[in-house]
Amino acid sequence: MKTQNVKRIIFYIFLVLLIGIYLVPMYMALITSLKEPSKINLLTSWSFPAKLNFGSYSRAFKLLKTDVSNSLILAISATVLSSFIGSINGYVFSKNKFRGSEIVFTLLLFGMFIPYQIILIPLFQVLKSIGLYGSLGGLVVAHVIYGIPIVTLLFRNFYDQIPGSIMESGRLDGAGYFGLYTRLILPLSIPGFVVVGIWQFTQIWNEFLWGITLTKPSANPITVGLSQLAGGQAVSWNIPMAGAFLAALPVLLIYIFLGKYFIKGLLSGSVKE
Amino acid sequence: MAATISKTRQRDKLTSIFIILPSIILVGIFIYGFIGTTIYTSLTDWGKSAGLALNPVKHFIGLGNYKDLFTGFIHSRFRQDVTNTIFYSLFLLAGTLALGLFLAILLDRAVKYEGLFRTIFLYPMSLSFIVTGTIWRWLLSPNGGINLIPTAFGLPKSNFLWISSRTSILTFNWQNLPTILFIPLGLLTLFLTFRNIRKNKMTRGIVYGIITLLLLLYITVLRNIIPPILPFKEKHGLNLATLGIIMAGIWQYSGYTMALYLAGLRGLSESMKEAARLDGANEFQYYWKIAIPNVKPITLSAVIILAHISLKLFDLIYALAGADNINTGHPAINMYLTTFRANQFASGASMAVILFVLAALFIIPYMIHSHRERKY
Repeated sequence: MKTQNVKRIIFYIFLVLLIGIYLVPMYMALITSLKEPSKINLLTSWSFPAKLNFGSYSRAFKLLKTDVSNSLILAISATVLSSFIGSINGYVFSKNKFRGSEIVFTLLLFGMFIPYQIILIPLFQVLKSIGLYGSLGGLVVAHVIYGIPIVTLLFRNFYDQIPGSIMESGRLDGAGYFGLYTRLILPLSIPGFVVVGIWQFTQIWNEFLWGITLTKPSANPITVGLSQLAGGQAVSWNIPMAGAFLAALPVLLIYIFLGKYFIKGLLSGSVKE
Repeated sequence: MAATISKTRQRDKLTSIFIILPSIILVGIFIYGFIGTTIYTSLTDWGKSAGLALNPVKHFIGLGNYKDLFTGFIHSRFRQDVTNTIFYSLFLLAGTLALGLFLAILLDRAVKYEGLFRTIFLYPMSLSFIVTGTIWRWLLSPNGGINLIPTAFGLPKSNFLWISSRTSILTFNWQNLPTILFIPLGLLTLFLTFRNIRKNKMTRGIVYGIITLLLLLYITVLRNIIPPILPFKEKHGLNLATLGIIMAGIWQYSGYTMALYLAGLRGLSESMKEAARLDGANEFQYYWKIAIPNVKPITLSAVIILAHISLKLFDLIYALAGADNINTGHPAINMYLTTFRANQFASGASMAVILFVLAALFIIPYMIHSHRERKY
């Protein structure tokens, strides 16, 4: 019994050490962002600041203000649009299968796995020719279109869990195609919308490649703003670290408070439920 | 009655098609159409002059851009990028799978505060590569961060140049790359040949056998006959500067494989565990002999998703090492520089196509596999 306990204690010490390692980057970002710029040097990079200085946060926020609001507008509008597309598509692919719907679905899904470099040049050209290049609108379009495969997949998997008998009883009550959707499926879809909404919001908030290739500075998303803050030979690291924290904050909050739904989105493409 | 039902069915089917038609058209144009356009662009000389002009001059030149990438003197950087990609993918896969499985097994034993541990192992996954890259850039600076860790144990500080090291190990002559790749591939197909024959799947066995023989033919005879593609020896290898990026990548994605494996391990029935215990298997034997083989489908999905992520390392490398860092290059970075900084659209397109083909090698078999599974 005693050896069991000792083993257990060693096991927990080991686990705590492991989470310590996983937290190191966050710790370093946090303490560096809270130091006074003059107090930052490489030799003391691990030590806690003697005096807390929150000034870096207000300075980083000032520098990133436009980028943050761009990303908020972008992520919210694209998320709302693609959630509705996903819901109605998922309804078709799950509850109204027809001959050939599986193959269409597979062909749609393929778009989820491509490296986006392969579509970048034509996308750039097309956005330029319709006058959306450089603007936030162009990014919204890109995120909504290239989000179709994943949102369709997530909603289809979600609707697959709604038993077919509900649909049958709805039909007996005389509900038609859209009646079933609005009166039966939509009210049951809230968890689905939460999963898809969280997934799309974090993906779009974190996206960088399109941000850097398709927008002008006035429409830059937060990731591009942050990369410029940290790029070059930055001497004082407090500003980029505070900026990194600001850029991470919305997704970290979502992850901490709505983690259950975040993980659902994360796993649903790969684990069959 | 029957007629009305089939009429409703018919109408519902049309409605379904009508609903998904916009998605089909958009995906058709923006994914399939654009892939085609990029492939065509890669076969032209767009960008040789005035690439950004409204009506740029393009001529069809066939496979010239690809020939340049693999044999042209100025594209030596691209060839190192491809080499880097192989190492990025291998290490990222091995690291995240091993660490993720290890963490999942640790948490698979009624751990107190499991939710907390899980949350902490997984939180890096929610961050963007740009945030990760920014923070790790500070951690990997030559005179601070990680290099100071030895001093905590009274040792002298490390002097490793994480992202600017110019050292390259395991170097090989570019010319020999097919041979190097074909040897493990040949061993794999040889193994599959024997396995299929033993399982009485003759056709498959013979196909794998023929592939093995062809590879053997190349390794032993053909490679000495085919004239060299480069007139000079060109060394490529594992750049030590990539290790920091691999480390940051493993930090970010091991929690993800942990979550996948944990879901898989939890899915194994309690009776399976119980039966193993009754058979006298200890914990190690249970995981090695029973649990790990049973979560094989999860390993497969994880491999696909991670292989795909390692082709997308663009963001992480950009933020951590910078786009201009030659030692940590990646075809995606090179494609960005070639296309959007140098306006060499055709050359950039050919790099994109190579990335796409690398990704497709993993994805298409996976898509076919999961399509079949959905249909049962």
